Amino acid sequence: MPSRTVSHGSSGRLRGLFLMMVLVFLESSVFTLAFASSDQHSPTTAHSDGRKATDHGSHNNTGKAFPVLDLNYENVRVPFEISLWVLLASLMKLGFHLVPHLSNIVPESCLLIVVGLLVGGIIRGTGETVPPVLDSKLFFYILLPPIILDAGYFLPIRPFMENLGTILIFAVVGTLWNAFFVGGLLYGVCQIGTESSSILSRIGLLQCLLFGSIISAVDPVAVLAVFEEIHINELLHILVFGESLLNDAVTVVLYHLFEEFSGIGTVTLVKGFLGVISFFVVALGGVLVGVLYGILAAFTSRFTSHTRVIEPLFVFLYSYMAYLSAEIFHLSGIMALIACGAVMRPYVEANISHKSHTTIKYFLKMWSSVSETLIFIFLGVATVAGPHDWNWTFVTVTVILCLVARVIGVVGLTFIINKFRIVKLTTKDQFIIAYGGLRGAIAFSLGFLLEKDHFPEREIFLTAIITVIFFTVFVQGMTIKPLVELLAVKKKQEAKRSINEEIHTQFLDHLLTGIEDICGHYGHHHWKDKLNRFNKKYVKKCLIAGERSKEPQLIAFYHKMEMKQAIQLVESGGGIKLPSAMPSTVSMQNIQPRPPTKPAAERAIPQLSKTKEEEIRKILRTNLQRTRQRLRSYNRHTLVADPYEDGLSDLFLKKQKMFQIEKKLKEMNTYLTVPAPPPDSPTMCRARLASDPQAYSIKPALNKVPMIQVDLASPQSPDSVNLLDEFGQANQQEEEEQGLMMKPPSRPREGKKPGEEDEAKDQQKLMRCLSDPGPSADEDEDGAFLP
Amino acid sequence: MDQTGFSSAHLLRLYDRFECLDRDNRGYLSPNDFEAVGGLAMNPIGGRIIDAFFSSGQDTVDFSSFVRILAHFRPTDRNRNKEGTQQELPNSRTRKLKFAFQLYDLDRDGKISREELLQVLRAMLGLQVTKEQLQSIAERAIQEADLDKDDAISFDEFKKVLGFFLLQSQSLVPDRMKRIPPLRMILALTCSGVLPSLVHLSPSTETMMEVRPKSRDRIIRALQVCRT
Repeated sequence: MPSRTVSHGSSGRLRGLFLMMVLVFLESSVFTLAFASSDQHSPTTAHSDGRKATDHGSHNNTGKAFPVLDLNYENVRVPFEISLWVLLASLMKLGFHLVPHLSNIVPESCLLIVVGLLVGGIIRGTGETVPPVLDSKLFFYILLPPIILDAGYFLPIRPFMENLGTILIFAVVGTLWNAFFVGGLLYGVCQIGTESSSILSRIGLLQCLLFGSIISAVDPVAVLAVFEEIHINELLHILVFGESLLNDAVTVVLYHLFEEFSGIGTVTLVKGFLGVISFFVVALGGVLVGVLYGILAAFTSRFTSHTRVIEPLFVFLYSYMAYLSAEIFHLSGIMALIACGAVMRPYVEANISHKSHTTIKYFLKMWSSVSETLIFIFLGVATVAGPHDWNWTFVTVTVILCLVARVIGVVGLTFIINKFRIVKLTTKDQFIIAYGGLRGAIAFSLGFLLEKDHFPEREIFLTAIITVIFFTVFVQGMTIKPLVELLAVKKKQEAKRSINEEIHTQFLDHLLTGIEDICGHYGHHHWKDKLNRFNKKYVKKCLIAGERSKEPQLIAFYHKMEMKQAIQLVESGGGIKLPSAMPSTVSMQNIQPRPPTKPAAERAIPQLSKTKEEEIRKILRTNLQRTRQRLRSYNRHTLVADPYEDGLSDLFLKKQKMFQIEKKLKEMNTYLTVPAPPPDSPTMCRARLASDPQAYSIKPALNKVPMIQVDLASPQSPDSVNLLDEFGQANQQEEEEQGLMMKPPSRPREGKKPGEEDEAKDQQKLMRCLSDPGPSADEDEDGAFLP
Repeated sequence: MDQTGFSSAHLLRLYDRFECLDRDNRGYLSPNDFEAVGGLAMNPIGGRIIDAFFSSGQDTVDFSSFVRILAHFRPTDRNRNKEGTQQELPNSRTRKLKFAFQLYDLDRDGKISREELLQVLRAMLGLQVTKEQLQSIAERAIQEADLDKDDAISFDEFKKVLGFFLLQSQSLVPDRMKRIPPLRMILALTCSGVLPSLVHLSPSTETMMEVRPKSRDRIIRALQVCRT
């Protein structure tokens, strides 16, 4: 949900509105000035060039005055304008959140289009020509990839894979149906409904089909923008969103097919057959390219332990290269990007440092956010720019046909799909799927790409496309939220992902695999199990650095839970006389001892005796219960998981535990001193914080500060659980066994003896939030993030 | 057969599979037969699954029990009205969960105690983790789920913890148990040498396809077996 700043009554609202208006006018006036000055100053630059020439010619030329202050806009024009546009986009985003209730009613995409319209209108109003901002190259190579990468990298794999069949059917068959239905009927209308002399009757069948294929694709940008705000349940979200991503292959093929055919003019069966083949090539080829680059990226990340700073760069570069490489061969770049992001993610996240992870996350969100904003603004501007050719019949028929085609397609396909699904799609689900088929900027850019000579009716097409986009984004986008409420569609369950769920998921996976084996059927679970085994045995060893490759996913998940909870506890339990240390949770983790950075003595420890501390640690370790809910999908506006949004019962439970801790001051345990032969010795277990830096204050760092990274995203794919025993490995690791507990960094590694309770009193460790450590924390860059 | 809710074609396939597993053609299955199934050996909870087929005390499974157990895994019929049935249908969600629960709860005391959970975790995670790690995980799991503070997870708590999660996912039904469309059933029964059905590809299906004349007899036989 967009975070709302506090607004007290109407004064805040007015202020916000006023501010936004000011921003809009400011920006557009600057634009106008920029465009105006660009014309004015070309003579100036020519003049100054001339002057320079004469200066070169004669050194004795002292007649001209030295220009103390000169205006030279031409040099900076392009970067300046780009920055202005981006600034406008960002300020708009700011502005929308200042106006309190606007974001509730109107989805952001609509507002941005309106802003674009305004800006375009102002520019045109002052007589300047509106720049053709939504250039297809810009769109496809600069604006679109960040959004898709963001979607692909954070794609929830398990729901996606479980519903893959449904998604594919919607994407492929649905899009084909839409394209042919709309194209065919439009042709019919054009031929029949109008007089033979009008422009419409000159539109050929192929052109209509091409138009149909452009307009029929559900747009991921628009879907993301709208669906993000309505928080429907995961199934519907992944269905519509997955469809919008995967139909790119179909769109690419159909577009090129019909473009080719329109150019040549004849259609043969062979060409049709080739078209079908090319679909498979495009789709699978795109995925293959993506997987290849993903593996490369994962492999590269294995070696980045010494240059942590450029780790995010690899992720971005490889993904972008995957996209571009796919585009070279006319394969589906979107699918390449998705495949690349999804494939590389588990391995990269196991390898990179906490800060790199945060960087990647934030950069992706930032870029995709800005991209999305810019796309919608440019849509508005491009609408003003034209060129338009409004044709009532064409446009209205298009809009109606799109709607009808979508509804029929969804209903028909669901009827077929439900025969194969276990969790059937209800009527409500079908309605949301149909209603959520938004068109967006991809359609416009594809239309923009059409050449005028082959397609004299290009302007009609563009106008119709824009109208459909406006209709879907405005009408459907605005009304989908109230409709979701009205129909009481299941909302996204903010369920906590508990350790129980994790355990039982794996258990059930095994159970079902076993049952399938008994039945002799090689089904879904069987192959998934095989894939997991293969993954664990070969792939992880190659792609994950060091010993983390053997860490079972359950353990990683568990650590993450504990860590988050510990942070929570520290954060909110400050009123109680606890050492603000969460060392107990750390006892579960492998630590690589690190030389102490500051030899200062421990400080800020309350006066608790050693036994009490031990007890507290034990209780904390074993009783930390508050689980952090995992963001299954991110909202563009906030990356913060509200630390206080868990339910009241948890709060109560936690307080209970606090009292327990205070009450129970018993004997010390030696639980801390567990020798562990887990095979990942040099690695650290990480828990990455889900929140912004300001959600947690940075505690003062002690000399032996353990730092914990809370990994938010790694347990997203529970299907990558690998539960094979590695008997050999366990034995080998004997001599490397480290205590499960944290050793004080001052102690060298040979202190592996199990009985480490003596060190307990030395180990006053504080938790430190790692999401935004200061620059002084650079020494923590490498590897050993001691919890 | 009505108890299990399987259709005839399903039964046929299961009977084939039963016969396939029953290599000595004794008419019942023993644990050895189950262990011969390849995947189960590698499955961490394979032993438990096998044990689930054998009700207490017996060491043989006849076809009706076989089918009855597998009936738990049929897809839940959402709209079937249960009026008049005292018992729940074997494939209702509760029964599925109960089945899974029983796999945890080996001593059948109705609760998953800490030790039982530890055993499951040990089986699933193998030797890669230490005892203390396992204990922490088990501890945490119990604390999360345990609402009546008896230090064990009862069936109701189990249901509650998993309830939402399982509603959303399709995870409780293996592919084999999905309903076969009538068309495919007809194909399966009347044609031989036809391409095996696209979804259900298994050795037993293929053998079924070949033996056309016997198919009707087999159905009858299977049904008879079931009714006993």
